[in-house]
Amino acid sequence: MSETTPTAVDRGFFGEANYPGILGWIFSTDHKRIGLLYFWCIVVFFSVGVLLGLLIRLELFAPGETIMTAQTYNAAFTLHGVIMIFLFIIPGIPAAFGNLIMPIQLGARDVAFPKLNLMSWWLYVIGAALALTSLFTGGGPPDTGWTFYVPFSAQTSTNVSLAAVAVFILGFSSILTGLNFVTTIHRLRAEGMTWMRIPLFTWSLYATAWIQILATPVIGITVALLFVERIVGTGLFDPTQGGDPIMFQHLFWIYSHPAVYIMILPGMGVVSDIIPVFARKPAFGYKAIVVSSLAIAFAGSLVWAHHMYTSGMSDMAVLVFSFLTFIVAIPSAIKVFNWLATLYQGSILLDPPLLYALSFILLFTIGGLTGLVLGAAATDVHVHDTYFVVGHFHFVMFGGTGMAFFAAMHYWLPKIYGRMYDKVVATVAWGVILIGFCVLYISMKVVGMQGMPRRYYDYIPEFTGINQLATVGSWILAFGLLLMFVNLFRGIFKGEPFGSNPWGGATLEWQVPSPPPTENFDDDPVVTHGPYDYKKAGIL
Amino acid sequence: MTEEHAHLVPYKTFLLIWVALLVLTVITVAAAQFDFGALNIWIALGIATLKSSLVVAIFMHMKYEQWLFKLALLAALAILAIFIGLTFFDVLYR
Amino acid sequence: MSGHVHKDYTGAKFGMWLFLFTELILFGGLFILYAVYLARYPQEFVSAGTELDVRFGAGNTLVLLTSSLFVAMSITALRRGAKGLTQCLLAGTIVSAAIFMINKYFEWSAKINHGIYPGSEHLKELAPGEMVFFNIYYVTTGLHGLHVVIGALLILWTMLMIARGKVTGEDWVLLENAGLYWHLVDLIWIFIFPLYYLILH
Repeated sequence: MSETTPTAVDRGFFGEANYPGILGWIFSTDHKRIGLLYFWCIVVFFSVGVLLGLLIRLELFAPGETIMTAQTYNAAFTLHGVIMIFLFIIPGIPAAFGNLIMPIQLGARDVAFPKLNLMSWWLYVIGAALALTSLFTGGGPPDTGWTFYVPFSAQTSTNVSLAAVAVFILGFSSILTGLNFVTTIHRLRAEGMTWMRIPLFTWSLYATAWIQILATPVIGITVALLFVERIVGTGLFDPTQGGDPIMFQHLFWIYSHPAVYIMILPGMGVVSDIIPVFARKPAFGYKAIVVSSLAIAFAGSLVWAHHMYTSGMSDMAVLVFSFLTFIVAIPSAIKVFNWLATLYQGSILLDPPLLYALSFILLFTIGGLTGLVLGAAATDVHVHDTYFVVGHFHFVMFGGTGMAFFAAMHYWLPKIYGRMYDKVVATVAWGVILIGFCVLYISMKVVGMQGMPRRYYDYIPEFTGINQLATVGSWILAFGLLLMFVNLFRGIFKGEPFGSNPWGGATLEWQVPSPPPTENFDDDPVVTHGPYDYKKAGIL
Repeated sequence: MTEEHAHLVPYKTFLLIWVALLVLTVITVAAAQFDFGALNIWIALGIATLKSSLVVAIFMHMKYEQWLFKLALLAALAILAIFIGLTFFDVLYR
Repeated sequence: MSGHVHKDYTGAKFGMWLFLFTELILFGGLFILYAVYLARYPQEFVSAGTELDVRFGAGNTLVLLTSSLFVAMSITALRRGAKGLTQCLLAGTIVSAAIFMINKYFEWSAKINHGIYPGSEHLKELAPGEMVFFNIYYVTTGLHGLHVVIGALLILWTMLMIARGKVTGEDWVLLENAGLYWHLVDLIWIFIFPLYYLILH
C-alpha cells in the first residue's frame, strides 16, 4: 500500500509491521493501519455505489425500459442504497478518519481496545462480503430498497435473509467501533487534554459513538426479527398473525433516523476542524458547537417517526414527531452560524480542504431547509415517496457527509502519507463536482415537486427532459469524482513531500511527523492550549 | 493493574442480596395470584426493577463505580424509556 | 489519565458496560414490541400467558439468581487468593447454565408437543393476540437462551485463563467482565419472568 521511498519521506508507521506484506495490514492493531484499511475498502464500495447510481440514472434517461428490466432496477437501487448507507456513509468518516486521526488528536498512542478495533474491521469486511454474496445466491438480489419494509421483505423470494444477516454484522462492527471510541476519549486523553481542549472533530465522534452504541442494537433486533420471520415464521410483523407491520417501521427508524446523525455528525466535526485552520481564527463558539453535537445526538433520537407520516400511524404521533423534528433544526443551525462566524473577518486560505468544507455548508444548508418541507407533516404528505425526498437526502448525505469525507481526504490524507496532491487540479475537480451535483440533485427535487415517485424504473413522458438533465448531471459529477480521486491518489503516492504541518493546524496530529510513527508520539505529549489557539501554538 | 479503589465486596453482602432476590421472587409470584387490574403489570415491573437494581448495584458493583458509569447507565435507560414512550404516541392514539 | 496504560482496568470495565448497554437495547427492541402488543391485546396476553408453566419460569429464576451469586462471589474469592474456590464457583455457574438450558428444553418441548410453535397449524387457530404472545415468547426466550450459552462459554474461557494463570487476584479484569455479562443475562431474565410467566395467574 505504501509506494513511498524511505529516502524521500521517513516512512513512519508504514515502515513498521508485525507481519510481512498484506498480513501486516489485515492483522495489524495499529489504529492508523486499521483506518487505512477502512479507507480503501470504503473508497472501493463508494466507487461501486457510484457506478450503480450511474446505471440507475442511465435507466431513467428515457421513459420505459432503457437498459434494464424493472426487477433489475429494483435490485440496482436496493444495492445502491445498501452499499452507500451501510458500507460508505455510516463507517465513512468515523471508521476511516476517526481511526486515523482521533487517537492522535487526543495525544494517545492507540485506541482503548486495539484488538477489538481490528475485529470491527473484520466484521465490516465479513458483513460487506455477505451483502455482496446475497446478490448472487438464493433467490436473486434483494429488491426491497435499503429499508427492508415488511410485509414485502418478509414475503419476497429474493435473498433478503442473507442481506439481513449482513446488516446485523455491519451493525455489530459499528457498535464495537463506537464503544471503542467512547472509552478511548474518556480514558486515553493526554496530560492537559481537558474536555474543553478536545478538537471538535473528536467531539463529534464522541457524540456519534454514543448514538452508535445506543441506537444500533435496535436495527440488530429488527433485522434479526425479519430474519426469523422469514426462516421460522414468527410473524411479529405479520397482520395475519396479529402482528403490526408499522411496528417494523418504528423499530427500523428508531435506529435509522439516529443513524443519519451517525452519518452527518462526524462530517460536521470535519468541517468544524477545517474552518478555523483555513480562516486562521479560533473556532467561534467552540462550546456551542460541542453542546450542539451532543444536542443533535440526543434530539436525533426523538424524531424517528417523521419518516412514517403516511404509514397509517396515529395523527397524534404525526403531530408529536413533526414538532420534535423541528427541534433538531436548532442545534444544526447553531453549527452553521458558528462556522460562518468563524470565517467572518478571518484571513481565509482557499485551499481544497476549505473548498470542500464550504460546499458542505452550502449543500447541507439547502438539504436541511428542504428537510423542513419533509419534517412538516402537512407538506410532507404531498411529496412523500417522490424524487423530492431523494433529492433532499442526497443533498444532506452526499452534499453533507460526502463533501465532508472529501474535505477530510484532502485535509488529512497528505498527513498520513506525507505527500501532497496537486492543489489546482483538486480545485478544478471540486468545481466540476459542485456543478454536476447541483444539476443532478436540483433536477431531482424539481421533478419530485412535479410528482415523480421514487423507486420506479419508468415515468410519464412529461418528465423526460428534466430526467435527461439529471442524468447529464450524473455524468459531470462522476467525471469530477474521477478527477478528484486520481489527483488525490497520485498526490499521496507520488507527490511532493512536505513538513509535518502543511495547513498550519494547531491540533496534535500536526505536531507529529508525516507519516506519523507507529505509536504516534515519541514522548507523551502535554497539552497546554486549546485546539484552535494559533497564537499559543506559535503558528500566527 | 491493581486499582486501590476497586472495592472488595465480602461474601456476606452477596449472600444477603441473594436472599433478598429470592424473597422478592416469592413476592412477585405471590402478587401475581391476585388481580389488581391495570396495576398488575406495574407491580410486576416494579418488583423486577427493584430486583435488577440490587443485581446492578451490588453484584455488578455499580454502587462502587465512579459517577461516569452511573451516568452512562442512566443515559442508556433513559433512551430506552424514550423509545418505548414515544412509540406509544402512535400505539395509544391509533 | 495517562495515554499509555496498557491495561486500563477502569477503561476495560467501562467498555464492557457500554457493550452491556447495547445488549440491553437489543432486548429493548423486544420489550418495545411486548409493550405495544400487550397494550393492544391485554385479554389475549393473559389467556395465552396462563398456558406457560410458572414452575419452569420460577425454577429458572432460582437457577439464574444463584448462578449470579456464584459469579459475584468468585471475584471476591479470586482476589482473596482462593483460586480453587473461584473455579468451583465458576463451575457452579456453568452447571447452572446447563440446568437452565435443560429446563428450557423441556419447557419448549412440552409447548411444541402441544402444537404451539411459530407457524404451527394449532397456533394459527388461536386468537391473533395469542399468536403474537407465543411468537414473541419464543423469540425473546430464544434470544435469551442464546445469551445464556454465550455467557457460559465466556465463563468457561475465563476458567481456562484462571487455570493457566493469565487471570489472577491481581489481574482479574477478564473475570470481572465475564461476570458483568453473566449478570446481564440474569437481569434480562428478571424482567422476562414476570412479563411472560406471571401475567395474571
